Amino acid sequence: MARKPNLDHPVIPVLREAFPDRRLRATEYRGQTTLIVEPKDLLDVMRFLRTDDRCAFDFLSDVTAVDYQGYPTETIGRFAVVYILCSYPRTDRIVVKTFVDPSLPTEGIEEDPTLWVDSVCELWPGAEWMEREVFDMYGIRFRNHPDLRRILLWEDYPAHPLRKDYPLRGRGERENYRVVSRTDA
Amino acid sequence: MAYTLKPDEGFGVDVDNVNYLKDHLDTGDRWTLNFGPQHPATHTTLRLVLELDGERIARCTPHIGYLHSGFEKLAEHHDYNQYVTVVSRMNYLSPISNDIAWHGTVERLFGVDLTPRCKVLRTIMAEIGRIQDHLLCTGAAALDLGAFTGFLYLFNVREKIYDLCDYIAGQRFHPDWTRVGGTFREIPDDETFRKMVRNIIDKEVPQALRDVENLVYRNRIFIDRTAGIGAIDRDEAVAWSLSGPIARASGVERDLRKDEPYLCYESNWDGQGAEGVKFDVPVAQEGDVYARFQVRLEEIKQSCSIVDQLIDRIPGGPTDTYADGKFVKPDKSQVYGSIEGLIQHFELIMTNRGWKAPIAEYYGAQETANGELGYYIVADGGPRPWRARTRPPAFINYAVMAKLTEGHMLADVVAILGSLNVIAAELDR
Repeated sequence: MARKPNLDHPVIPVLREAFPDRRLRATEYRGQTTLIVEPKDLLDVMRFLRTDDRCAFDFLSDVTAVDYQGYPTETIGRFAVVYILCSYPRTDRIVVKTFVDPSLPTEGIEEDPTLWVDSVCELWPGAEWMEREVFDMYGIRFRNHPDLRRILLWEDYPAHPLRKDYPLRGRGERENYRVVSRTDA
Repeated sequence: MAYTLKPDEGFGVDVDNVNYLKDHLDTGDRWTLNFGPQHPATHTTLRLVLELDGERIARCTPHIGYLHSGFEKLAEHHDYNQYVTVVSRMNYLSPISNDIAWHGTVERLFGVDLTPRCKVLRTIMAEIGRIQDHLLCTGAAALDLGAFTGFLYLFNVREKIYDLCDYIAGQRFHPDWTRVGGTFREIPDDETFRKMVRNIIDKEVPQALRDVENLVYRNRIFIDRTAGIGAIDRDEAVAWSLSGPIARASGVERDLRKDEPYLCYESNWDGQGAEGVKFDVPVAQEGDVYARFQVRLEEIKQSCSIVDQLIDRIPGGPTDTYADGKFVKPDKSQVYGSIEGLIQHFELIMTNRGWKAPIAEYYGAQETANGELGYYIVADGGPRPWRARTRPPAFINYAVMAKLTEGHMLADVVAILGSLNVIAAELDR
């Protein structure tokens, strides 16, 4: 039997009042509230959460992403970018999620025009490396990011490996690497 | 592949207009130095590309990923118990804290409540892990600045902690000690465990701390090398997502043990109204390398006091929780002696069986030696997580490295690096 979510997080009424015409959804699991926003509203909502005195989420705990391809329940989109915010004055947390869908095949690393999300680096400078890691692992790009390069893998690695369609053992990158001889180098 | 020196505007520093460079723009003293990935002072594999003006750092660009081994991809192919062997290899200075943080999050996701005995044992080992981490970090920070003796004093104690891990889990470096709802096995003998822990917190650690404090706290060389170096103020530390001793050295009063209490830090942890353990959170205001060093040494003392409060009142009873008998592997005598035990054992062991996890997502974090170690677990109802993101404190703390080093001397890079306590295995995962 599905449990009814308990949505008494104090910032939810504040958000509903501040964004009456935006589509905001919320869910809760074991006391943790997740707010789902449209990608186009993300930066406005995040700025409000950061700057408004009633929200005051001054600490960005983490930025990550999830690939829902083949997930047992229906989701709004294939990829979710997840922001975990924390408010130091109140010591509570909120999780903000936004969904994006790819428009190109997801095996390679070509730039996908629909996999773009606004960067939150202007609000929390610490988001820089976390967003670079999301880009590296999932190929989701961030608008207005100061330095969007891959961070853990090298620039021409032929996949974004945390996508679900990338096999655990890779596609032979370890066996078929490029060999540079002394004369070519 | 050519490196780029790209983050020029990203850190809010316009290198061409920084004061110390004004007189030197055309002097031809600008040069580039590649530092690492293999260098004794980088401890493991870290690479920094330093653009220098004489000996002063104009711009520092960290390049990471040399130890990337796909831990988070592996998580999607291991069940909730197996993955503990991987998380404990992330921060290998205090592997047992990683174990406890991972299973703490899994248990909250599942809604499993631990037995009081398990909570006490985990709290003790989490604090021992914190001591273990700080001992190596402060020791190595001193070593990088030339205080080799201090390193040996502190490292010596770690040997006793390794012995303790060996005693409870049979493995010195990577105990992999926790399981969902309990531990991998019972402690062989409570009295021996108590004696070993008492020896560490009453004799070994205080003695080593006294030696090191005498060695460095009034040492002119050490203070000159660390005070005022790599400073960051409170607001910047929060904005850059710093956590743990690094944030507390900048005046951020934040400790998850106080702010989001768990285990024995929470009051009423035994269900009978027991109070949470008492301790202070050391905070410094300067935010420099010296302050981080002081905060870490002070945290070791607080950890000793926490262990001291718990070690003499370890409750009896089972360590594993048997809420509905579904989460914990049964005792071997039951596996061989009863059909129910055998079934339950194989339910948990076989790859197509295992737990019925909820279909839900949960972020849980604990305060480990390096800061907020969190896991964001997406569960799909099966035995393995759909996605298990680690919030690695070393990675997020290291992001500020470029900002901290700007304008300092080349020799200060080593001091700052040591104070951030970057663990490359956790950094690159």
